[in-house]
Amino acid sequence: MKRELLLRLVRVATYAMLIFLAAITITPMIWLLAAAFKNPDDLFHYTFFSPRVSLGNFVDLFTTVDFMRYLINSVFVSCTVVVVQLFFSSLAGFALAKYNFRGKKAVMILMLATMMIPGQVVMAPLYELIYKMGLVDTYVGLIVPGAVNVFGIFLFRQSILQVPDELLDAARIDGCSEFRAYWNVIMPVSRPMIGAFCLISFMGTWNSFLWPQIILQNSDRFTLPIALNQLVSLYSHQYGTLMAGTLLSVLPVIVLFVILQKEFVAGLTAGAVKG
Amino acid sequence: MISDAAQVKGRRLTWFSLQHKYAPYLFVSPFVVVFAVFGLWPIAKSLILSFYATNGPKSQVFVGLDNFRFLFRDADFVRAVWNTSVFAFWSVFLQLPLSLGLALLLNKKWMRGRELFRLAFFSPNLLGQVFVGVLFSVLFIPQYGLVNKALHAIAGRSVPLDTKWLADPNLVMPALVLTSLWMYSGFNMVYFLAALQAVDQELYDAALVDGANGWQTFLHVTLPGIKPVAVFVMIMSTIGSFQLFELPYIMLGNGPGPDRAGLTIVMYLYNTGFVTGDLGYASAVGWTLALGVLMISLFQMKASGAWKGASE
Repeated sequence: MKRELLLRLVRVATYAMLIFLAAITITPMIWLLAAAFKNPDDLFHYTFFSPRVSLGNFVDLFTTVDFMRYLINSVFVSCTVVVVQLFFSSLAGFALAKYNFRGKKAVMILMLATMMIPGQVVMAPLYELIYKMGLVDTYVGLIVPGAVNVFGIFLFRQSILQVPDELLDAARIDGCSEFRAYWNVIMPVSRPMIGAFCLISFMGTWNSFLWPQIILQNSDRFTLPIALNQLVSLYSHQYGTLMAGTLLSVLPVIVLFVILQKEFVAGLTAGAVKG
Repeated sequence: MISDAAQVKGRRLTWFSLQHKYAPYLFVSPFVVVFAVFGLWPIAKSLILSFYATNGPKSQVFVGLDNFRFLFRDADFVRAVWNTSVFAFWSVFLQLPLSLGLALLLNKKWMRGRELFRLAFFSPNLLGQVFVGVLFSVLFIPQYGLVNKALHAIAGRSVPLDTKWLADPNLVMPALVLTSLWMYSGFNMVYFLAALQAVDQELYDAALVDGANGWQTFLHVTLPGIKPVAVFVMIMSTIGSFQLFELPYIMLGNGPGPDRAGLTIVMYLYNTGFVTGDLGYASAVGWTLALGVLMISLFQMKASGAWKGASE
């Protein structure tokens, strides 16, 4: 009886602790949501939601600066990168998982070695290269250096390794070319990994700051992180507008995450646990 | 007719075997080409560049090891290394235990709503560092900021309402550590949770039979079971911490903060390479960072191996 009571107490304490910590974790996001919809006068008057819901911050955001343009730029750049990275990564991952070819080992070792080198090492020579190619301040210069994702290739290799060879052989006997085997057999069974990768790739590009900051000069081409950084000084005393911009900047990733949540957690931990 | 069909079939067969033979090369070629031009070449070039002083991409002068010599004598760089190391220290010794603690709490068999808790703890990671930086620079403001309001309500006078987190050199690092704690604890928790769930349940049953208490079970079953993942998380977290840039850059108004309290190695690299325009010097900074991180990672792998030997 006593033991039963103790057990119950432990459970209640655990739940209480978790709920408390979870509340702390989501509080800044609730505050962000509340701040974006508050009337500027109410911002610090009410800690969270004010009784008056106002869209003024959003109106301000879209009329004083071309926020729509930054949103569209970010969507365009991120979607392009996702499609390109997805195609190249899955194709290379397929080759490394299901074929033996000369130079395979060399490719794998090079990939591993460069994963150990932080990206900032190559920033300066990469900028020099892009400059010499005349691609500074263009989307090509922004996107192409990041068109391949070594981490993504490893993810796809890992998941494609588990596709049975019989499936591929059956497709070949039916007259499928290797590319069609990739397209009609490998890709459909890799759907969970595709979901996870799309989210990882989209998040990475959407939130990326340093490389766009180096490459982009004309504000017409700015993506959201750089644009928002500029808005900080513009709206140094209009926190509400700034928070409306921040909310709109984080919303697309959150929506995508809600859609792809299951695949994402599986993909994120796949390499770590099995590897 | 028949011979025609055989001919077509023969040609088809050769095409079929050819495409089978060359397919893997074709499949990796886009990757190899882009990787060679925008990955391998810049790595090699940055080694060369690190021996040059440059003024933007146009003019270069060979200076030998001068970049590296100057680097270690520059007070700004020393300060940046110190700040970044302090940040990395707290990431490993404060954030990872917290992540593991969260994962342990969530890993109870009787736990209901685990998915929901996991989602809540993970969610800050969806926000990019830039957006988190903007949000927290407002949360940290004196008088009205949520952080001060909350801490003042809990701790009373020891945290005055007008605590200037981002303007006080002594408080900049705590503010950065708190923000990153908020952002990444849940991220690392996901790894720990997956590792905990993969530990063989029979080992726990055996420990129970042997009469091990909770702490002994944790030490001798749980920790060895999650060790590969724990080492992986520790190394990734250290590497990530040493690349800290956006969070302080945004929160401190695109600068190093009061008394350079928020100057990090990558911020130093960005300022020297892309504000001042010395791409050679920035390459030298980059390679110093890479070698430093590599050495720390190797040390961590070795130290965790030694830890394994001691516990068995």
